[in-house]
Amino acid sequence: MPTGLGIYDIYIFILAGFLGFQLISRIPALLHTPLMAATNAISGIALVGSIVVAGENYDIVTNLLAYLAVTCSTINVVGGFLITDRILKMFKKEKKQDKK
Amino acid sequence: MMSILQLCYVIASVMFILGIRSLGSPETARRGMNLASFGMLIAIVGTLFNQQIVNYTWIIAGLVTGTLLSLPISLWIPMTKIPQRIALSHAGGALAACLIGIAEYYRYHASLGSASMGIVAVEVMLGALTFTGSLMVAGKLHGILPGHPITYKGQNIVNISLFIIMIAMLVYISLNPEMNTVFYILLSLSFLFGLFLVTPIGAADMPVVIAIFNSYGGLTGAVMGFMLANRIQIITGALDGASGFILSILMCKAMNRSITNVLFGAFGRMEETEAKAKRTSDTKEPQPISFEDALQFFEQAKTVIIAPGYGMAASQAHHALREFADKLKANGISIKYAIHPVAGRMPGHMNVLLAEANVPYTDLFDMDEINPEFPHADIVLVVGANDVTNPAARTVKSSPIYGMPILDVDKAKKVIVLKRSLSPGFSGVENDLYYKDNTWMLFGDAKDSLSKLAYGFKRAWGA
Repeated sequence: MPTGLGIYDIYIFILAGFLGFQLISRIPALLHTPLMAATNAISGIALVGSIVVAGENYDIVTNLLAYLAVTCSTINVVGGFLITDRILKMFKKEKKQDKK
Repeated sequence: MMSILQLCYVIASVMFILGIRSLGSPETARRGMNLASFGMLIAIVGTLFNQQIVNYTWIIAGLVTGTLLSLPISLWIPMTKIPQRIALSHAGGALAACLIGIAEYYRYHASLGSASMGIVAVEVMLGALTFTGSLMVAGKLHGILPGHPITYKGQNIVNISLFIIMIAMLVYISLNPEMNTVFYILLSLSFLFGLFLVTPIGAADMPVVIAIFNSYGGLTGAVMGFMLANRIQIITGALDGASGFILSILMCKAMNRSITNVLFGAFGRMEETEAKAKRTSDTKEPQPISFEDALQFFEQAKTVIIAPGYGMAASQAHHALREFADKLKANGISIKYAIHPVAGRMPGHMNVLLAEANVPYTDLFDMDEINPEFPHADIVLVVGANDVTNPAARTVKSSPIYGMPILDVDKAKKVIVLKRSLSPGFSGVENDLYYKDNTWMLFGDAKDSLSKLAYGFKRAWGA
């Protein structure tokens, strides 16, 4: 159910934003693509909100909308973490000279 | 019950933050992301026990469809297509937030106060324009839509007026939450606005745009968190928004574009190309080089820096490049890769492509790290990069790319450029580099040329 804008929510938003700035400015350009994939996966947390709306079973319209929302955010969560890991797996240090 | 759920969310938030922090180094990154995905699992499982949930049918259906759909776009997609895949998932995330906003409005619109209505309207608006905008980005990157900018007279005026109308409707609906039609018109206009916003932007500018939509998507998520009073969504939304914002600033700097220019959708792009500058050096012809001579150069070299660009990935030459580089390395030549921030089609894309070709990440260097090293390099090999190596960006004030940070490849002792023809890069500017005395052009398909070089080099050394 929609609620008014709580002052604590604004605090949280601002502080998290600052934290994000600090964290992300330390990430090397080398990993910017996996960073985008990772923030994508993490922002799939919209799934939890979608799940609650889908589960409230209000009527067919909200159910369908929420079903689509759950689908989209699941794609982001599952796909996002899979592809982040796939990308990160490729970053290797100097390999042993097994072939020339 | 509620407190256990909140605890789950707190734990998950901490894990997300640690996960992002772990991306500071490739050594910790994988472990950190595993932690983050575990945090996600905790949050989801915790939510499933939420007492507000009375029916699991739609939830399970959504989870199953989503999981099935996510597999092909994650496990089998080639790395060259990552940018459009990321753009698609921005679209998906924004759509999810938008749909939940619509559902909440549909259900509660009779009882919404102004503040709540404002939040819902912002969420729906941001979500809708990010959705269609990101779809456009994905389409342009994938080549379904034309990659060149599409402009028409009065485009800026149309877009800006549309935006003003949307803001007016946003204010109006906040004051009159029961006005159904206004809400749905606002929704449709927002979808439309996303399309209009990306229409005038060319494929070469996508690194900036993709990062901006990352930021918008994050903000949409945060607003959804405000609406549902769900703190974890506020936190992740803020992190995501900050991430997209920082990346778009970095990309802007790398392309020498102002942040306002970008925040308003890079409207100014077209004016620049009109001032297409001609090449400024004397009317010298570029010097071609044969494979034999190029091999001679490499055999005498001690340090080689490779400057790759998107053209390399487009012609799938990165594997051939790595093979050639391995040969050089095996003969004691030091190899470094110089990565310009906009070398690929999204932030960090080039690093991923090279990592895919098994280039160790310790050989990859950012522009700022590598630029002081060019004067000491015996050979710089330019593969598929163009505008980012143009010395006119440093010296020629009239050039459209003047001021853009570039790789100082021209300062090296010798430069060898692999290129099909002398055609200009995305900016439409001719590259002064090709006419320098210390630059040689090796014409032909980059992949072919690299394979031939690798083959020839091996033979010459009998290795």
